[in-house]
Amino acid sequence: MAPMIEARGLTKRYEPARSERRLARRGEPTSEGTLAVDDVSFTVEEGELFVIMGLSGSGKSTLLRMLNRLVDPTSGSLQIGGQDLLSMDDGQLRDVRNSTINMVFQHFALFPHRTVRENAAYGLQVRGVPEKERLERAQTALDTVGLGQWGHVRPQELSGGMRQRVGLARALATDAPVLLMDEPFSALDPLIRRDMQDLLLGLQAEMRKTIVFVTHDLNEAMRLGHRIMVMRDGRVVQLASGAEILAAPADDYVANFVSDVDRSRVVTAEHIMRPPIITARTGEDPRSVLDRMGNAEAIGVYVLDEAGKLIGAVGDQDLADGIEAGCPRIESLASGTFATTSPEARLIEVMPLVGRHCVPLAVTDDDGKLLGVIPRASLLNTLADQRRPAHA
Amino acid sequence: MPEFHIGDVVAAIITWLQDNMSGFFDGIAAVMQTLIDVVLAALTAPHPFVIVALAAALAFWARGIGFAVFSLLGLLLVDSMQLWGQTMETLAIVLVASIVAVLVGVPAGIWAARSSRASTVIRPVLDFMQTLPVFVYLIPAVFLFGIGVVPAVVATFIFAIPPGVRLTELGLRQVDPEMVEASIAFGAKPWQLLRQVQLPLAVPSIMAGINQVIMMALSMVVIAGMVGAGGLGAVVVQGISRLDIGVGFEGGLGVVFLAIFLDRLTSAFPRPRRRPRTEAIEALEPEAEPAPAAA
Ligand SMILES: Nc1ncnc2c1ncn2[C@@H]1O[C@H](COP(=O)(O)OP(=O)(O)OP(=O)(O)O)[C@@H](O)[C@H]1O
Ligand SMILES: [Mg+2]
Repeated sequence: MAPMIEARGLTKRYEPARSERRLARRGEPTSEGTLAVDDVSFTVEEGELFVIMGLSGSGKSTLLRMLNRLVDPTSGSLQIGGQDLLSMDDGQLRDVRNSTINMVFQHFALFPHRTVRENAAYGLQVRGVPEKERLERAQTALDTVGLGQWGHVRPQELSGGMRQRVGLARALATDAPVLLMDEPFSALDPLIRRDMQDLLLGLQAEMRKTIVFVTHDLNEAMRLGHRIMVMRDGRVVQLASGAEILAAPADDYVANFVSDVDRSRVVTAEHIMRPPIITARTGEDPRSVLDRMGNAEAIGVYVLDEAGKLIGAVGDQDLADGIEAGCPRIESLASGTFATTSPEARLIEVMPLVGRHCVPLAVTDDDGKLLGVIPRASLLNTLADQRRPAHA
Repeated sequence: MPEFHIGDVVAAIITWLQDNMSGFFDGIAAVMQTLIDVVLAALTAPHPFVIVALAAALAFWARGIGFAVFSLLGLLLVDSMQLWGQTMETLAIVLVASIVAVLVGVPAGIWAARSSRASTVIRPVLDFMQTLPVFVYLIPAVFLFGIGVVPAVVATFIFAIPPGVRLTELGLRQVDPEMVEASIAFGAKPWQLLRQVQLPLAVPSIMAGINQVIMMALSMVVIAGMVGAGGLGAVVVQGISRLDIGVGFEGGLGVVFLAIFLDRLTSAFPRPRRRPRTEAIEALEPEAEPAPAAA
């Protein structure tokens, strides 16, 4: 299926200001204008939450505004839902803006002379939907963002987080499949920002909107984005999933960003697990296992069945006691004193489980098959050295 | 330096207009005269007490009891000075000139806000209208419209229109660009943007413009009296020419009262009349951040 958004070679050069043009006429040196976005190509799949990230002035807002032509590209091509946006006349463009691509703004941009419900109904009013119907649909959108009972107040009377919910409701009420969001949560304080991120993730899971989300906060990008496009001076420096960017930053610029990230919330068990140095098979002789443990300098071992399924773990002391008691098969010694986790678990969930037993933390799939282990040292290593790739 | 008098040119133009366009100016004069007659009839037909009561009610609705009492006492004082008729004549002139100035000025301001080219043309014209001494266009107005109330209204209109245009343009240009962007991002047509977002947000500025138009119009009252427009202006002019301090003062007092009344009345409206904000805020605080509904 064709991607929802397909941008090829998008470029925006802002013309020099008028005062500079006057200088140019007199033959004095001027800048060439600002090359805000320089030859950027990307695609966004339907239902994807695509994040554009970069420092201030890297061209994020300009790029986002080219997607609904609030800023006209200097060159490049742009398809949205299979339609060529750049060849549209004003009327077609207005239709697309109204029913296909809606926008959520950093400073909310709510209309102070309208109630919350009238704000949420704005897109429908522009479309010419009769008042009764549009207010009903606006109410539904407000219910969705948890503001059902605030429809009658003015936006100025709400807190920041609530205002941005109204901004979100305004964009949801039109049923447009694409949402453009320009740093929508950066004006909010951290706790509320998290709430809003959760709200957005919930809505997106339910409604499968295609979202292009601009932020300069990598933690936010990692939390929300399926893929993240890192920009610098109008160019793309890296386009990858959050974990990939953490694992292998494309250059120092990205690495610098990555250094601020709270890895424990982004990196998953899968990314730092490694194959166990030593395991025991069911039916193996306890004596030979103890022997191998000595060579590997291990104090415990996981016991797996023929299919690789995790049966249990044995510590060296138990093993020695078992050998003394004449126990022939290792699985009868295997106990339950170990911890497991799923490959998708984030490090913050994994941390309390690591290093409490004689065996490293086991990572298992749904069938209980051992995928890998996480020794305490490698967890600490990942958290301590933020700039080095996680699983080098 | 060869002698060249622009004044001769202007005089020639006025004469030419008088000779060739008299039908047009007579038409304007007739329309203006009718407007004033209608407004004046509406103001003078009922008993003065009816008008006093209506004005007081309007004052109460706009600002409350204090302003209502002030309006009541002021109008009764005017009536007791035997200046009721003249005051209503002046009010009629001011209202008609202001209404026409607003009807022309606000659209001109909208045009100027939407096109920088229009703005660069309109701006010097407004400066010219505002700084040219009033008598300079009062004389041609008398030539074109004859003696009486019509040239007074026309001169008042010219003098009073600039703030209407200026503050409309300013109000529209001052609308938060993010609001405009939001409207456009939702696909609004230019007139939807204007009507649904820009004009409502510019209302305070436009209302301030209307207020100033009325104040400027009032400041023309005495000059209007000089060209035979009657009203309080004529009373003041009479006081001056006869050196009658009492008459002049009473006429002046009537003008001052009208000025305060109209100023307070028109400046009451930019503020939306709503319940106090604090009440709503307090009701909100306990659960200012509702839990996300969808999660
Ligand atoms: N209307 C404009 N006219 C001229 N130059 C502009 C205009 N808008 C942006 N720029 C320039 O283009 C570059 C990119 O700006 P842009 O706003 O897209 O960056 P951004 O990544 O969104 O930054 P921020 O994080 O501060 O919002 C900057 O150098 C900026 O100065
Ligand atoms: Mg920006």
